[in-house]
Amino acid sequence: MSHKTFRGGVHPDGHKELSKGTPVEAFLPKGDMVFPLSQHIGKPAKPIVKKGDSVLAGQLIAEADGFVSANIVSSCSGTVKAVEERHLGTGGRAMCIVIENDGQFTPAPGVGVERDPDSLSNEEILAAIKAAGIVGLGGAGFPTHVKLAPRNPEDIEYIIANGSECEPYITCDDQLMQREAKGIVTGIKLLMQLFPNAVGVIAVEDNKPEAIETLKGVCNGEKGITVMPVMAKYPEGGERSLIGVVTGRQLRFGQLPAELGCVVCNVASLNAIYRAACKSEPLMERLFTVSGDAVASPRTMSVRIGTSCTEVLEAAGGIKPGVEVKKAVFGGPMMGVPLTTLDTPVCKNNNALTVLAEDEVELAEEQMTACIRCGRCGQVCPIGLVPQMMAEAAERKDFERYEKKLYGLDCIACGTCTYICPAKRPLMQLFKQTKAAIMASKRK
Amino acid sequence: MQSIIIATTAVAVIGLLIGLLLITVDKKFKVEVDEREAAVRECLPGNNCGGCGYAGCDAMASAIVNEEAPVNGCPVGGAPVAEKIARIMGVDAGEAEKVAAFVKCSGDCENAASRCHYVGIHDCASAVASGLSPWICDYGCIGFGTCAAACPFGAISVHNGVASVDRSKCMACGKCVAACPRHLIELVPDSAVYAVRCSSRDRGAAVKKACSAGCIGCKLCMKQCEFGAIEVIDNVARIDYSKCTGCGKCAEKCPVGVIKKK
Repeated sequence: MSHKTFRGGVHPDGHKELSKGTPVEAFLPKGDMVFPLSQHIGKPAKPIVKKGDSVLAGQLIAEADGFVSANIVSSCSGTVKAVEERHLGTGGRAMCIVIENDGQFTPAPGVGVERDPDSLSNEEILAAIKAAGIVGLGGAGFPTHVKLAPRNPEDIEYIIANGSECEPYITCDDQLMQREAKGIVTGIKLLMQLFPNAVGVIAVEDNKPEAIETLKGVCNGEKGITVMPVMAKYPEGGERSLIGVVTGRQLRFGQLPAELGCVVCNVASLNAIYRAACKSEPLMERLFTVSGDAVASPRTMSVRIGTSCTEVLEAAGGIKPGVEVKKAVFGGPMMGVPLTTLDTPVCKNNNALTVLAEDEVELAEEQMTACIRCGRCGQVCPIGLVPQMMAEAAERKDFERYEKKLYGLDCIACGTCTYICPAKRPLMQLFKQTKAAIMASKRK
Repeated sequence: MQSIIIATTAVAVIGLLIGLLLITVDKKFKVEVDEREAAVRECLPGNNCGGCGYAGCDAMASAIVNEEAPVNGCPVGGAPVAEKIARIMGVDAGEAEKVAAFVKCSGDCENAASRCHYVGIHDCASAVASGLSPWICDYGCIGFGTCAAACPFGAISVHNGVASVDRSKCMACGKCVAACPRHLIELVPDSAVYAVRCSSRDRGAAVKKACSAGCIGCKLCMKQCEFGAIEVIDNVARIDYSKCTGCGKCAEKCPVGVIKKK
């Protein structure tokens, strides 16, 4: 029997076998650690350390500035080398705290103190999440303490743990679900305490049978938590698609999940919530996949936030001999952000580094033709937009039509349309840039 | 015979009544039209470029007549048009010096260091919005020609990765100034001889890494200028054209040769 799924979507090659087999090891970096102050959606954090200060692993180095913002903690012990503006590989500049790593990883006092999950009050849970600086670890980086504070907590009926991981090459959530199933389930239980009327659903794509088995074993006997296998299809893990699959409710344009009684959290975020609340461990490390056809030995590792990608790549055996790297992206090939340099830190919301020997975008650009109006982009769009018409409006810079008539701002930039387009048009890039242009003109 | 007379009389009477009605309506609901507006519209170039800030030449003409816009407000027409309009409006034209667009960057493919191989949509505004540019310099010309596409007069072209303006074609409408996402284009008076071809606000060391033709903010030009026309603000030299005499001492001294004749 095939599992439930959403309308549209595509089936790109998964390539997950590359990084799936190797055991997960913790990687301890040696070089300087860089912490950009904006690793989340919202206002950048405010640094509270200055040059020359010595810091410990787990110590707060920048605090949330305003409600929609997140704390940043140091993931190593050492001395603050600089608080300066730096170029990041993802483009643009950002204020960063640079810490000279002493290689000891001496924990700050209080880190690792065990607390009983049943004894925590709602306020204590939220305070722990906020203090730990947890953001959505699936990629968006929305501050979790904001997500978990909807207007009416009683109206939340579903807590959806997102373990779909539909992006090709990436296996860090898969490995996490196999290793830390207990942490994830405890994380859901903590959220169920915050939302008394909710049930927990762990949605996992059916191409991860080991993870489903492990989670089912842990959930056995837990009241109100179920594991739901969903069909392996891209972008199953999109918030909108997943809510539709799990609850049968469809988010309308402009609606937030909380309006439909849903809270969607990535499994890695849930594990981080568990560790913050029950083990007093702030967000210092995360599982990180290094994969791609140019990497010598692709693997998933536990990487400290702030580690340079160069070091992480070396830990994965570096580049295959004789291979020329054409492209490196944070994330997977579908939604990933291209990097201009590997000398850039791993941030909280980065789940993978994919290094490719072939740049498909460049190949596509060579083969690009005019739109043939076949309509396939509209058929596969998971949220039911019409990319062909959006592209036309975007190219004419008719932002009014793009936003009001075609709901272009609701595009989740999953890249499904670009993947399917037989004319090889750079649709997603156009939509992302148009969205950025519209948002910029609105801020004016 | 009788029916023909009745019909003719009826039509004549109706015609007379309607005629009277039209006359009354015309008198009563008369819209005052300033004939100067049509005359002013005649003088304007008629490109409808919008460089004056109004929707087109019609809107500009009515704004001039209503005294909302200055008589020399048309950047394309310049002094001759301003004079004609001033005569119609019965005021003094004032002095408006001809200006033309100037790109404050000289980071072409040889000078500027490349950051990455950019693939995808070639539009400067898009590249800036997504934070990715093919050059290391965050202030320089991207060279995808968004300004050239915006120019209604075909005065801008991109050569070797940097935009340049054909001053003879430029009508100073200012569309490129608004289009450039990096705000590199400025309207510079025709009388100015020298101009600074850089806009990088980076410090000297960072500029050197990014471009061999960038202003390093050394202030040699500022010290050299006898008229106080050059100031280094935010690590980049700026010339005050009202004070500049065009002596060229700054250009001689500039160690990176970023001050050049236009």
